[in-house]
Amino acid sequence: MGNGTSIGRVRGLGSSKHGAGHWLVQRYTAIGNLILIPWLLISLALLPGYDFPTVHDWAARPLTATLLALICINTFYHARLGVQVFMEDYVHEEGNAFAVKTLLNIVPLAASVFGIICVLRIALSATTGGAA
Amino acid sequence: MSASTSRSRMRPMAPHLEIWRWGPAMAVSILHRAAGQAMAFVGIPVFLWFLYALASGTDAWVPFARHAGAWYGQVVLIGLSWAFFEHLTSGLRHFVMDVGAGYELDTNNSWSWAVPAIAIVLTALFWAAIYLR
Repeated sequence: MGNGTSIGRVRGLGSSKHGAGHWLVQRYTAIGNLILIPWLLISLALLPGYDFPTVHDWAARPLTATLLALICINTFYHARLGVQVFMEDYVHEEGNAFAVKTLLNIVPLAASVFGIICVLRIALSATTGGAA
Repeated sequence: MSASTSRSRMRPMAPHLEIWRWGPAMAVSILHRAAGQAMAFVGIPVFLWFLYALASGTDAWVPFARHAGAWYGQVVLIGLSWAFFEHLTSGLRHFVMDVGAGYELDTNNSWSWAVPAIAIVLTALFWAAIYLR
């Protein structure tokens, strides 16, 4: 580690805050997505039709509902981390950066909870045809 | 305010930020970002609409299915599936590079070309499976 140039003074110190953890969780959640999203796409492609009872019956199965809820957690969190990296790179003005950080700590969590509530309602509704 | 400004001035900065030309690795890198952001800002709302419609009953499902099946809905869904396959193949390339492999210029260039090509093939296969069944 040098002490002349600014890069020399920080080289080898590692990330300054939570960068390493962020980097790793981005990859752990990516591995989850590697299973969840191909499963979703293949399942949707294999459905015999896209009318309400067919799709609802499929989504209401316990295993399907579990995986859909996992997408709401794992995939949404992966997206949140990715948007954070994107915003950190391109939003420099301090006020905007703070606003973005605030939204990143609210919106993805709200989206996850909303998605999970929807999945629960689907999974726990007794029959096909829908309530409304 | 002034303290934080002076502190950020002292942070190290790459010396050649403005000296570059386009290469396949840069193209696949920015595609990875664009595809990821597209899925975050369009894919997740569409997925939540899908779940909401299924949870709410036929009255909510019918308009969702109508929009999803219309030409513009199909454009969005095909675009999202392409974004997924692009992000997937590009992400696998990142996994290889994370372990320190694939940085030889020839290898890096050819995989940077292969990633978007494979993504387009996977997207085509996926929609062929839906349309041609």
